[in-house]
Amino acid sequence: MNASVLTTGTVVENSQIEGSYLTDGYTIRSWLLTTDHKRIALLYLGAITIFFFIGGIAAALVRFNLIVPEGLLGSAEAYNRLFTMHGVVMVWFFLVPAVPVTLGNFLIPLMLGARDLAFPRLNLFSWYLFMLGGAVTLWALFAGGLDTGWTFYTPLSTMYSNSHVVLAAVGIFISGFSSIATGLNFIVSIHRLRAPGMTWYRMPVFLWSLYSLSVLLVLATPVLAITLLLLVMERVFHVGVFDPAIGGDPLLFQHLFWFYSHPAVYMMILPGFGVVSEIIPAFSRKRIFGYKFVVWASVSIAVISFFVWGHHMFVAGISLYSAVLFSILSYLVAVPSAIKIFNWLGTMHKGYIHFDAPMLYALGFIGLFTIGGLTGLWVAALAADVHLTQTYFVVAHFHYIMVGGMVSAFFGGLHFWWPKITGRMYPEMWARIAALIMFIGFNLTFFPQFILGYLGMPRRYYAYSPDFQVLNVLSSAGATILAAAYLLPLGYLLWSLMYGERAPANPWGATGLEWQTSSPPPTVNFIETPVVTEAPYNYPRPESIAKQHV
Amino acid sequence: MSLWLPAATSNATEVDHLLWALLLLSLAVLALVFTLLFRYIIKYRASSNLDRGVILEKTWYFETAWTIATMLVFFVLFVWGANLYVRLFQPPTGALKIYIIAKQWMWKAEHVGGQRELNAVHLPVGRPIELVMTSEDVIHDFSVPAFRIKHDVLPDRYETLAFTVTRAGTYSLYCTQYCGLDHSRMIGQIVALPPVEFQAWLARYGTSENLAAEGESLFMRFGCSGCHGGNGAGGRQDTSTVHAPSLVGLYGSPVPLADGSVVVADDRYVHDAIVRPQQQLVAGYAPIMPSFAGQIGEEDILKLLAYIKSLAAQAAQ
Amino acid sequence: MSSTVYHDFQYASPSHQAETAAVGMWLFLATEVLFFGGLLLSWIYARHFNQLGFDAGAHETKLWIGTLNTGILITSSFVYALGLAFIRVGNVRRLIQCCVVTLLLGLVFLALKFGLEWRNDFANHLFPAASDFKIIGAAQGGAKLFFLFYFIATGLHGVHMLVGVGLLLWIIWRAQRRQFCALYHTPVHAVGLYWSFVDIVWLTLYPLIYLVGSR
Repeated sequence: MNASVLTTGTVVENSQIEGSYLTDGYTIRSWLLTTDHKRIALLYLGAITIFFFIGGIAAALVRFNLIVPEGLLGSAEAYNRLFTMHGVVMVWFFLVPAVPVTLGNFLIPLMLGARDLAFPRLNLFSWYLFMLGGAVTLWALFAGGLDTGWTFYTPLSTMYSNSHVVLAAVGIFISGFSSIATGLNFIVSIHRLRAPGMTWYRMPVFLWSLYSLSVLLVLATPVLAITLLLLVMERVFHVGVFDPAIGGDPLLFQHLFWFYSHPAVYMMILPGFGVVSEIIPAFSRKRIFGYKFVVWASVSIAVISFFVWGHHMFVAGISLYSAVLFSILSYLVAVPSAIKIFNWLGTMHKGYIHFDAPMLYALGFIGLFTIGGLTGLWVAALAADVHLTQTYFVVAHFHYIMVGGMVSAFFGGLHFWWPKITGRMYPEMWARIAALIMFIGFNLTFFPQFILGYLGMPRRYYAYSPDFQVLNVLSSAGATILAAAYLLPLGYLLWSLMYGERAPANPWGATGLEWQTSSPPPTVNFIETPVVTEAPYNYPRPESIAKQHV
Repeated sequence: MSLWLPAATSNATEVDHLLWALLLLSLAVLALVFTLLFRYIIKYRASSNLDRGVILEKTWYFETAWTIATMLVFFVLFVWGANLYVRLFQPPTGALKIYIIAKQWMWKAEHVGGQRELNAVHLPVGRPIELVMTSEDVIHDFSVPAFRIKHDVLPDRYETLAFTVTRAGTYSLYCTQYCGLDHSRMIGQIVALPPVEFQAWLARYGTSENLAAEGESLFMRFGCSGCHGGNGAGGRQDTSTVHAPSLVGLYGSPVPLADGSVVVADDRYVHDAIVRPQQQLVAGYAPIMPSFAGQIGEEDILKLLAYIKSLAAQAAQ
Repeated sequence: MSSTVYHDFQYASPSHQAETAAVGMWLFLATEVLFFGGLLLSWIYARHFNQLGFDAGAHETKLWIGTLNTGILITSSFVYALGLAFIRVGNVRRLIQCCVVTLLLGLVFLALKFGLEWRNDFANHLFPAASDFKIIGAAQGGAKLFFLFYFIATGLHGVHMLVGVGLLLWIIWRAQRRQFCALYHTPVHAVGLYWSFVDIVWLTLYPLIYLVGSR
């Protein structure tokens, strides 16, 4: 294959290529047996959209119940199964996979200048594992449900729960292998398939974020696997390593569980950081501020995240010494996240800022993630955490990061790369409206929960003291608005597939190898292997590069 | 709707100070971030022809400065929170002990004088209180927002929580570790009374038997006297053939363990000696004491504990 | 066999792809370290608090079977490595022979472990969920914990061995179809890494089961 220099700004138009990956085969077989990373990304997109709506409906019913203090659903049992379903589906079948398996799968080879990932068949196998794990878990959740909370604490889950613990655990176990396979594929691809001239420091920040995420996927998920296995053994045989009656320890379960689950929350947010780090330079027409600090911040978050799990256990019965250690490490892991915010602001400084929908989502991310991250400082402070843990304060904290942050980033990325993925533009006005409604609805839903938490309302409560009703009603009202904000993109994005304006190769005038091939790309990604000679985000003087789409 | 939560212990007031500081810091940072954000999106919007001037190349001055500043602020918060936490969890001296047993889905409290409560705990204002808590089934959590405290309550072990109430009143008690079906109904009241009224309450609800006496009959019934002797005097009497340690004067004394360490025989030690003796083998004795886990309920263990404590009191006399 | 070795279109050359496959296998083995590592750490933690019972349990293990099995596995890894060395110089016949020997040794391991040792353990009332568990008294709880770890760890190891047996059969099948040569034998390398890793896992389990606190 000839390598030729593809300089920044060279654009390959649709007319030069016959068809794209979307037209390369119309049969169901060509989709279900594809090894093309772009098609696999779309297979995943369909799956996680379904899971998002299932988890979202569960959340809607939870908020519906909480409109009155006695609980509107009429059944604590139903409520307990609903909040568990919400947690299980959202954590493992939406938040952990979302950006990596859709945007990551689609973009990593393109950003690397490669024609596919290192192991395309493993990629397809990952999808099937994900679907199998999802099917088994959904079966457990719908055939009677799970009532242990997504955290499965023992001995409730092993000895006392009358619900489908084993089945749900098996489903999650299977999906864990999907995560491990995906992470493995990403790491190997980033190490081995970079285009000629693409050194580590010439990679876009998104790749560094996904690399960090992938390290977490491959190292932390196996610990979840063994933990679930031990849980299932104890439940099936009625004797186990978490059982104090034979000298076991229920706290061991918590240590093992959080050893995975804390890195897991960083798995969820790191790709979001990556997406925002791509959008902000593109819509500020400016190089990212402090590239090296930003990329090493992702790496250090990944490393430090392995050492903070005990901050979920400050009142669980761990020693004072370990609590103190976990607290200071938790503050340490917050430092790189703070740095990123400042760097994004620095990127916007003296830039040329455009307000397309992806940028609105990215700006929303900055605002909401900052609030979520700041409240993390509250719960990292030991004495404050004693009061706030297990209350709605923590619920608000993690939803600000996961939903305010991560989901905003996901929508931002989806809009940013939608033209590349589908070859169509989405309707800009509707997208901006949706972004705005999402921001408002989100704050109305979750801000009251900070106050509820301070006042002492515990989480996972089906019924609550009437003193808390006003704040709960506000929160439920916000949830309705948020639901509308999520339905809007479903509508107009699907509409755009048929009727959206056809997209040029680089509608935003952004840098990055993915914008130098057509929209949508051909199956082989690039006609000629690109050679990289410049630093990333090498935006020329902003006036000289016209955005091709207004 | 009230946004005010009473602060009924000295600890609670200190926690509130920390929370205020966190709030002010958060608002300051938010103000900074939002101000810069709005300033930039207005001043540097694409349609503005403002001369952007020179773009900074060397950014590491800023990077290092704001990284260090962030670390310093975080360190201050860490020290403040850790200091308060460590002080909160120091075992108090001369505290009034109240025993809490959590069970799906209710709170049982037992006072040393034998008074029992369900989903309520009466206690005196102005005196250090130590709650000794255990669960009969799953993990629960004893939470009193007005005191700004909570702690998980685990099966087969004792956890403690200590505080001194500074304001009389009735405060909400919640279970805050999801424990199954009626988790949200596992709530109760903490009733803090001035000392005189508390004594009156104790007298009114006192029982004719006290815990120690009930414990003594359990000591016989469960066969403890078979090895430990009729009055817990140890297995050297004619009544038993097993060489078992004496329990007289045990409570509160140091105990040398088989692994060379020395522990003090407190509530937790005695409880664990009954339900998992093999995990804290005593030096000089064969490891033959069987475990009574599952055979003696937590309430009965409290009675045995009271009895064993009374043996220490006797020895002191 | 033709002298053309193909490579997938995202790779620059056949050697690029072969090396990458090895990198992938090493990374997979790293995930397995974390998987078994979680189990081993839990084992060590549980033993710390239940030494009496763990020692009582360890006394019941059969050192001769464990040691014999260890020797069998180490030999099997060695033989497979020999096979890999043979295919590197293009000797397919010897590769197949070595793989068959490795396979047989693996099967002997499985027969000893599950056909003999586990059967014995069940007959001796050492399964921790049994109501007539052999060890009673103060050490019972710890002994049950020991045997929980024993059965889970050896069971998981056995599952990995079965996968390894399947992979060996696949290698033999492909080698018989002359799909490997000196220029191309990446799957042989990858399976060898996997087999040796499963061997190393056993070497970590062996002292924990048969040596620590047992005599």
